[in-house]
Amino acid sequence: MNKHVLLVEDEPNIIEAVSFLLSRDGWCVSTHSNGHDAADVIRAKQPDVLVLDVMLPGRSGFDILEDIRSEGACMDVPVLMLTARGQTKDRERAERLGATRFMTKPFSNAEIIETLHELSGP
Amino acid sequence: MRRETLTGSRIRERRLINGQKQADLARKAGISASYLNLIEHNRRRIGGKLLLDIASALGVEPMSLSEGAEAALLGALREVAAMHPVEQSELERVEEFAGRFPGWASLIEALAQRQSSLEQTVVSLTDRMTHDPQLAEALHDMLGAVTAIRSTSSILVETDKLEPEWQDRFHRNLNEDATRLTEGSQALVAYLNDETSEHQQVTTPQDEIEAFFQRHGYHFALLENGGSDTQAHDAIESMLENADDLLVSASARAQVKRLLIRYWSDAQAFGFDAMLDEVSNVGLEPASIAAKYNLDIGLVMRRFANVPGDVLRPLLQNSPYDIAEAGLGLAVCDSSGTLTMRKPLPRFALPRFGAACPLWSLYQALSRPLVALRERSQLSGRDGAPFETLAFAAPVSAPQFGAVPLLEAHMLMIPLSASGAAQNMEPLRPIGISCRICPRSECAGRREPSILAGGV
Repeated sequence: MNKHVLLVEDEPNIIEAVSFLLSRDGWCVSTHSNGHDAADVIRAKQPDVLVLDVMLPGRSGFDILEDIRSEGACMDVPVLMLTARGQTKDRERAERLGATRFMTKPFSNAEIIETLHELSGP
Repeated sequence: MRRETLTGSRIRERRLINGQKQADLARKAGISASYLNLIEHNRRRIGGKLLLDIASALGVEPMSLSEGAEAALLGALREVAAMHPVEQSELERVEEFAGRFPGWASLIEALAQRQSSLEQTVVSLTDRMTHDPQLAEALHDMLGAVTAIRSTSSILVETDKLEPEWQDRFHRNLNEDATRLTEGSQALVAYLNDETSEHQQVTTPQDEIEAFFQRHGYHFALLENGGSDTQAHDAIESMLENADDLLVSASARAQVKRLLIRYWSDAQAFGFDAMLDEVSNVGLEPASIAAKYNLDIGLVMRRFANVPGDVLRPLLQNSPYDIAEAGLGLAVCDSSGTLTMRKPLPRFALPRFGAACPLWSLYQALSRPLVALRERSQLSGRDGAPFETLAFAAPVSAPQFGAVPLLEAHMLMIPLSASGAAQNMEPLRPIGISCRICPRSECAGRREPSILAGGV
């Protein structure tokens, strides 16, 4: 059975490209593009891996990560955080809140596929 | 702080006014004359009962001997010592130091204040670069577009047998993101160049001066109409008063005032209408026009740069030039090469900080005074704009035997049209703005690496 990845990202063309890429790689892909209700959507969908952008409309990826790590069904889901800022303090904050990996934009297609395979396990 | 404001000095001053001998005052205060001598020369601290006794013996209020700036100065010196630790034994002698060397003590205090002020400026500028929401949002948006382009283009290149509908969709996305990236980068450059929010961007005297001249389009009708010295003075003061929002620093105000006085003087020497007639008759020929009117070539070049583009353009219709709204660009430098007057053009930026491109004819002129240089150049970059530059350097100080004269160089930048650039078979001379933003890796004039990746 295909593994399920949920992509929470607000750039439509990134969503389209990454979705296409991951689908071709055998993933079951679902997407969500705003921060307001992202935590509820994540809990409802219970993905095998979560790709979470930091800067989202309505609520930041950091807040969403803190929320899902605090309670509910996704406390242990592997999370790959995406950000346009590669600053050390952002990485440290992501790690402190429970991100599994941190990736800086722009990333390559190979990088994201390889990372998701590592996070999803065998 | 003057030495006389210190307690010991005040005691001595008051005693001399009273006509008392040091020994008499010492005896009345119950101390030795040698100890009083040390006090009077600010080499011993004084306070408490002894201060009261001496004040009583002098017939003055104790406060009149001890109040004032002394405490503030000593406090400031101790603060400096806390920031830059000194030997404890020396710290204990701070009052003696302030008393014996009041000038040096005040200088230390002033330098510490200056350092604190500059540190605050650095912090605020760093904070702005790090946390400026407009900057952060613009960069985030651009990186989003770059990420989408990178991912999409990789899919198009690396995916075998991509279905036509997906190809179409990704091509469309690429076009959208490329447009977004272009618009985002242009907006970012405009923001950093102070074109969209001049008030928020003004940070240095040079920025303030440039913002002031940009507001007026480098043309001041009030100074073109002749009039008396008094009228010109009033007009300049009025313009300065109305620019409180831009000219924040005293340095910028002083420099703008100097430049406006020179503008008025130039306009008096070479009237606007006469200048337009000459340009219409002979074109942009500052050397021949200067000779005809017995003027400095630099003055004529400055006057050319004062003409708005829409006034100049009809006069140069059959020329190789492509005059836009901004008119002609101008750079003026002193003997050190420092730019003292800058009128950049949209496609010919002038560096705000640091030195410019050493290949500019402006700097060649400095090494060849009184030789009029005309050169056809092309700026570095993907859409390097062609320009004709006219440069001339002349002494600004009166000649003296045994003294090398100070020079001032002018460079006029005239945009060339595409056909104008192609008229001459000789290749355009490549130049840049400054090494930091010039992509030409193979350049004999390079001083430092470029921040731009790749060369041309």
